[in-house]
Amino acid sequence: MATVPATAKCVVIGAGIVGNGLVYHLANLGWRDIVQIDKGPLPNPGGSTGHASNFIFPVDHSREIADITADSVKQYQEMGVFTQSGGIEVARTEERMEELRRRMSSAKAWSIPAELLTPEQVQEKVPFLDKDVILGGCYFPTVGVVDSLRAGTIFRERAQELGALTLAPNVEVTGMVVTDGRITAVETTGGSIACEYVVIAAGVWSPKLAKMAGAHIPLTPAVHQMISVGPCEQLAAIPGEISFPIVRDMDTFCYERQHGSDMEVGSYAHRPILMDAEDIPSIEQSKLSPTELPFTSDDFDPQLEQALELMPELLGDERAEIRYAINGLLSLTPDGFPLLGETPEVKGLWSAAAVWIKEGPGTSRAVAEWMVHGNPEIDLGHSDIARFYPHQRTRAHIRARTSESFNKTYGIIHPSEQYSSSRNIRLAPMHASEKELGAVFFETAGWERPHWYESNAALVEKFGDVCMPREHEWDARWWSQIINAEHLQMRETAGLVDLSAFCIFDIIGPAALEAVQRIIVAQADVKIGRVIYTPVLDERGGFRSDLTVMRVAHDRFRVVTGGAHGMADLKWFADRMPAGAVVVDLTSAYTTIGVWGPNARAILASVTRDDVSREGFPFATCRDIEVGNLSVTASRISYVGEYGWELYTPIENGAALWAALLEAGAEHGLIPVGIGVYGTTGRIEKGYRAYGYELDTERTLAEAGMQRPKIKEQDFIGKEAIIAQVAQPPTSVLCSLTVDDHMSKSGVKRYMLGGEPIMTREGGELAGTHGWHPYVTTAGSAPSLGKHVLMAYLPPEYAVVGQELAVCYMDELYPVTVAANDATPLFDPENDRVKGNA
Amino acid sequence: MTDVLVCIKRVPEATGEVTLTPDGLGIDGSHAGYTVSPNEECAVELAVQVADGGRCTVLTLGPAGAVDQLRAALAVGMTDGIHIEGDSDAFSPADVAREVAAAVRARGEAGSAYDLVLLGNDAADTGDFQVGVRLAYALGYPVVTGIQTVSVEGSTAILTGEGPDGSETYRVALPAVVTVLEGGVEPRYPSVMGRMKAKKAPIETLAPTTVPVGSGRLALEVPPPPPNQVRILGEGAAAAPAFVATLAELGVLR
Repeated sequence: MATVPATAKCVVIGAGIVGNGLVYHLANLGWRDIVQIDKGPLPNPGGSTGHASNFIFPVDHSREIADITADSVKQYQEMGVFTQSGGIEVARTEERMEELRRRMSSAKAWSIPAELLTPEQVQEKVPFLDKDVILGGCYFPTVGVVDSLRAGTIFRERAQELGALTLAPNVEVTGMVVTDGRITAVETTGGSIACEYVVIAAGVWSPKLAKMAGAHIPLTPAVHQMISVGPCEQLAAIPGEISFPIVRDMDTFCYERQHGSDMEVGSYAHRPILMDAEDIPSIEQSKLSPTELPFTSDDFDPQLEQALELMPELLGDERAEIRYAINGLLSLTPDGFPLLGETPEVKGLWSAAAVWIKEGPGTSRAVAEWMVHGNPEIDLGHSDIARFYPHQRTRAHIRARTSESFNKTYGIIHPSEQYSSSRNIRLAPMHASEKELGAVFFETAGWERPHWYESNAALVEKFGDVCMPREHEWDARWWSQIINAEHLQMRETAGLVDLSAFCIFDIIGPAALEAVQRIIVAQADVKIGRVIYTPVLDERGGFRSDLTVMRVAHDRFRVVTGGAHGMADLKWFADRMPAGAVVVDLTSAYTTIGVWGPNARAILASVTRDDVSREGFPFATCRDIEVGNLSVTASRISYVGEYGWELYTPIENGAALWAALLEAGAEHGLIPVGIGVYGTTGRIEKGYRAYGYELDTERTLAEAGMQRPKIKEQDFIGKEAIIAQVAQPPTSVLCSLTVDDHMSKSGVKRYMLGGEPIMTREGGELAGTHGWHPYVTTAGSAPSLGKHVLMAYLPPEYAVVGQELAVCYMDELYPVTVAANDATPLFDPENDRVKGNA
Repeated sequence: MTDVLVCIKRVPEATGEVTLTPDGLGIDGSHAGYTVSPNEECAVELAVQVADGGRCTVLTLGPAGAVDQLRAALAVGMTDGIHIEGDSDAFSPADVAREVAAAVRARGEAGSAYDLVLLGNDAADTGDFQVGVRLAYALGYPVVTGIQTVSVEGSTAILTGEGPDGSETYRVALPAVVTVLEGGVEPRYPSVMGRMKAKKAPIETLAPTTVPVGSGRLALEVPPPPPNQVRILGEGAAAAPAFVATLAELGVLR
């Protein structure tokens, strides 16, 4: 007998915090006919929500996660299941104190209350903590604990009150039916449900469910150990669940969280213990629940010792017993971000997985908005499940990266920190040559990209202090003065840049023009051989991407976009193809080499008989040329503010083209130049915006200073929104700022790395932000200006050239001045170099 | 002060569904983990209580992983451990009794004899009810089975347990063997300090004295689950009469 409805609009799999939040938010946004299934009983079906420690620290270095967390707290508060307790991150080392100062800056950037404490002040708040073990702490008064199971019940009940939800607990999914690339039904132990949408919100089981439909949810179940010690006299003396701040002992990767008269001690310090979703025991096989596995005490013993150091009296009391100890399962992803959105493999199949308690309700609201309206209010770019390239979805990659990052859960992560595992996966054709040239490789989307070349070290001597050396180890970590030297040399002669990581795809067919015209903001109906730089917007006028499009034939357009965001762009285009147009991924077919600088033309002219003169090869055009015996598509554009080309050639010709250019360029002073120049110094001097930094779905053309005088006649996505924006002045303006003085109180020059809050000179909050917070989107050297430049959105009243402000770095203020309040480049404002006038 | 030895056995946790190992000869503990029986947990608790400053040794015969169970007992107050390394499935109750007796004798010869040897009434996995009696016979000690509380007065142990006609009390001269049934004491949980001490507590590792004869077990079989006894009385208001009738039948309502 069927125990589930035969049809539904949407099936939500999972009744943890995410699934429960989803059914409510989908119902609230107007969807009906929602069926929620879980193989376990309600209200605690046995997933990770059921054993969560349920505390929320609002601060995160990522804006996306901080915003989602803030929204979650709001929802928990509204439901009456949030108890504010405050929380303290304590430091045992000086390095950690510096990290706490950095977290102070992040807290200020997102306007989260925070305060640095001395050991004595920490002990005042947590009397049973031994102040002699720590150097200090960072206090977050708005930290709190939630009842996530109660929240789940409230969510479900609200969805039921709206008449939108049928609950099906104790029902297990046995299969998924995919017809012509779209999900059409879910098969369960209670019968089959024909449906339009399926959301997998099944936490650690999600990969197994996705596999049933031929899709990937790249996460791994991993163990997080937790014990509960009690009753503790000091805690029992005060009624209520929590009366002392939660303590994160950051250097030992542990936390101590009061729960009534018990103290919970959790750890991220033990060896990574990973599982496969298929190997999680069934409810029947489990002693407690499938995600509360038997405790392996050997793994926890070192942490126990450290916890005892921190709270010797409380935890050392013989009467306080360890009554509950688990190896709790949680979900880890290769890059630490959640897995949200429609799976790229199957239409209508959505993922809402790898989400922590602190992000649950906010995530469910955002995913529900995305499903119902097409776009979430909060930008979910970093969490988009479409972001992964195929190799990033493999079991080996997931396990390597999660193993590496597990012990960094409370780690001190540098903004440019590189993974050491799962490297050398995507190699450019000129990789061997780059290695010979001493390339220092950074990874993007699996590609090994030279960030700078040690072979250019001599240039540092040539340019001297103009290379802006960084004294502080943190500022100089994952960085080299050579980047700035390469930059200066490129501006003097020419640079050769490996851009193999570009994601390249063609839109082909009789309807190609119609398809591209509808997706991009710029006019797509251009002559063959034109190159278009264009934003791509969503319906609300927020940025989905910015990229270049070449018209290579009457029925063929070639899109070139950044590697990091390429897969999401590919899905955006593919999802919007009309009949008569298809998207073909050519990323692995072409390699791209950039040659830019005053001597670029002479260099290219020396290897080709084709006309590459200024008149013969105008800016923003592309054409096929012959370079010796190679066929190359040359495109005259620039992201570094210099005259030159992007050269595309079949990947198997890449090494030959690279070698030919290096050889021919030698007499013209050509040097290999790394991504440090291409991605930061070159573009920041030119005020070029980058997707994922300055541009995301929460930003508009007007705010980014990228509106054009004319809006094209044809319809395109976001057009109505742009027209509406024109009538209203923007609430923020993207500005470039220069740092006026780098000297810290301790007498060391400091260089911001991005993410820092912009404040008044005196350190006050900028007025007129209406709840958003100005922060540095990109920071980097501008060697040609001899300045450190920051980009940030500011309230219009502060977006005035010459406006004096401050940036807060490591909890210290540094004076800055607005140098540009639109897209005008700080270097070569008339673009004479790009045009070839210089 | 009493010197007590407690014998425990590492067994798969079996509170959930029982799954057999691929060879069908054992129970798979990989999901639920391993533990000792509640009877043995009570034996450990009794030992800690009656030792009163005396030596409290915990002994097991089992694989390398059985050290976890020794440490768990050490964490709640046992003072040292003896680990006879062997595949417990290959040992019959007679084999186990012989090995434990040898360990007890060896300790006695070394000048640290035990006044009291406690065991669980029966092992949680095999339920043979034999090792305690066989051990007592081998050692020439008196044995009392099914005991729930233990106290010591001088050289006499006072033991109580539940008999068919009510509570039974035994006074037994030491040294003696006692098998414990759960229910008389509440086993304690470890403290953090206990856990730290357990890490450092000495464990003597012994090899079996002879090759075990074996239990003669050929295969295990998991019987089908008992039929569902749930009877649905109805739904909503319509179920009320049947519900009331059932309550009356049970004597809850008169």
